[in-house]
Amino acid sequence: MRLSSKVTTLLILAAVIAIAPVFFPSSYYFRVGSLIFVNGLAVTGLVILIGYAGQISLGHAGFAGIGAYACALAPVHLGLHPAFAALLGAALSAGIAFLVGRPILRLKGYYLAVASLGFGILVSMVLSNEAQLTGGPDGMAVPELGLRGALKAIGIDLSNTEFWYAFSGFVLVLGAWLALNLHHSPTGRALRALHGSEVAARTVGVDVAHYKLVAFVLSAVYASVSGSLLALQNKFITPDVAGFMHSIEMVTMTVLGGAGSVLGAILGAAILTTLPQVLTIFQEYEQLMLGLVMMLVMIFMREGLLPSITRRIRGRGE
Amino acid sequence: MKLSLTTTALALVLGLAAPALADIKIGATVSETGPASFLGDPEAKTLKLLVEEINAAGGVNGEKLQLVIYDDGGDPNKARTFATRLVEDDEVVAVIGGTTTGTSMAVIPVFEDAEVPFISLAGAIEIIDPVKSYTFKTPHTDRMACAKIFEDMKKNGITKIGMISGSDGFGASMHKQCQAIVGDYGIEVLADETYGPTDADMTPQLTNIKGKEGIQAVLNPGFGQGPAIVTRNYAQLAVGLPLYQSHGVASDGFIELAGAEAAEGVRLPGTALLVAKLLPESDPQRAVVTAYKDAYEKATGKPVSTFGGYAHDALRILVDALKRAGSAEPSDIRDAIEATKGLVGTTGTVTMTAEDHLGLDLSAFRMLQIEKGGWKIVE
Repeated sequence: MRLSSKVTTLLILAAVIAIAPVFFPSSYYFRVGSLIFVNGLAVTGLVILIGYAGQISLGHAGFAGIGAYACALAPVHLGLHPAFAALLGAALSAGIAFLVGRPILRLKGYYLAVASLGFGILVSMVLSNEAQLTGGPDGMAVPELGLRGALKAIGIDLSNTEFWYAFSGFVLVLGAWLALNLHHSPTGRALRALHGSEVAARTVGVDVAHYKLVAFVLSAVYASVSGSLLALQNKFITPDVAGFMHSIEMVTMTVLGGAGSVLGAILGAAILTTLPQVLTIFQEYEQLMLGLVMMLVMIFMREGLLPSITRRIRGRGE
Repeated sequence: MKLSLTTTALALVLGLAAPALADIKIGATVSETGPASFLGDPEAKTLKLLVEEINAAGGVNGEKLQLVIYDDGGDPNKARTFATRLVEDDEVVAVIGGTTTGTSMAVIPVFEDAEVPFISLAGAIEIIDPVKSYTFKTPHTDRMACAKIFEDMKKNGITKIGMISGSDGFGASMHKQCQAIVGDYGIEVLADETYGPTDADMTPQLTNIKGKEGIQAVLNPGFGQGPAIVTRNYAQLAVGLPLYQSHGVASDGFIELAGAEAAEGVRLPGTALLVAKLLPESDPQRAVVTAYKDAYEKATGKPVSTFGGYAHDALRILVDALKRAGSAEPSDIRDAIEATKGLVGTTGTVTMTAEDHLGLDLSAFRMLQIEKGGWKIVE
């Protein structure tokens, strides 16, 4: 029996997440793992936007910022539970993406990149300057999610880093499952059609503007949830989460691993999250190394790491 | 498809640290690169230099110090990961670091959970107020700098001032703290302007302040290039009132950036380190700051900075605590740090208590005035 590519991807992802802890020498590795999953989630959203629909955004950290600050602000000002605050952040991100996406998705290529870049910078400026609300550049505290305590009450006692490894791993698998389902749905086909050729897609009756907006809103929700997870895990948040560098990192991870493949993009997130930890002695050259890796991948593996490598392995087999 | 599994596993295992030695292992996470590098770079250099010095002199309690230092690039999220790494993987007994308030606040929960003492190098009062059991810090708070400036104003009969603040983390925090205590000194803020951290001209804001009736002096909380531009514009506009800068620009670089002519007469609160050569022989801090200044400048070839001094004090406090505790158990070190008494550092004389995890008072600050491109102590 041959498994569908969707089931294979999910099985591989779940197996890696479940088995990897066996090799962890200390609980610090759970922290790195959970960061990979948080980044992986944002990147999965970008696979929908960049990989499926062929649109670019250099401002998605803005949505991560909205999700993160929703978790910090809503519990204090609205008395919401942090979990509902994360949902509120996702809804808010979707709403803003809907409003912003309408005009800016009419743009193409560089113009779209610059417009989305402007949006991201705007969010980060608001977070930095509205100091009486957001605590300014020094950041603010985020309340405890409380789920770990609830698990403890039913007999599952996890350390903080272990809990966040498991929880963000679970959310990532969920997010990947939804993204893969989308790929095989009529919407996914419409997105891929407009990626191939907007004119052709329009000719066969695809509402191009509508589907671009769908992809943009979905990816914004992914980024927002990833921001919320980061905030709840760190219990402290600063405007850096919405910063320009974070947006660039997200896109780099997606393109490095392979924008067309969920598993590839998550691999990209894993590599770029782990690299700075491995290269601590070369911190000064980190940006240089990232740039170099990026250029090499773009020149020699244009589809990204994973798709190029699997193609090569398959090619040899035939 | 197997490849991704192997790569991920390999990538994770590559980070494996060397096995622990019998030395006393201390950790640090500072911002050597990134926007806060002008703070973090001298801090990192100071820590490496002093640890070498201490080891050459036989170490602490007969054991050598081993310093594990990470560069967080000023990113709180990275700082938190490195903090987890220091505690869980490197298994250090105490940590110095958190160059900025953001990175410090992000790592505090890690050390409080793991019960490992942490000495922050950042300014904000939130770090030690309310007091957290394992968290200490060495730099003065912004509130103390405000108090020092307002005391000097009061002494000179100034009761109405204008403020122009940077909107970066430092400027915003100090602005808030100054506003909170300005009333206690009978001083009124008649004009309150702000500028962005990358603005290149503050003439409009200063013109507004100049136009306000009754202002007797101007205060500029901020750091980086902003205050230098304010000082230059201030001279160009010939405002003619005393200008007070903050401890954030207490360095020779500031005079260079603003120009000696424009900076003439500017007052600011600074630490003894900045005026090491001007201190009287009887000053208890003279020996400490001169020794550190000479060692630092000899080793790096760069002028010493207040920020490196914060790291110097943090390490001295830690080493002093290690000696008194006579053990390298994190909880014993914590108790010993809290009992620090009369330790002379570059920022002042440190005496900690259970309620005060900073241990400095206003006497630690010196009111300085810029004269002919140099510093003068005015007290």
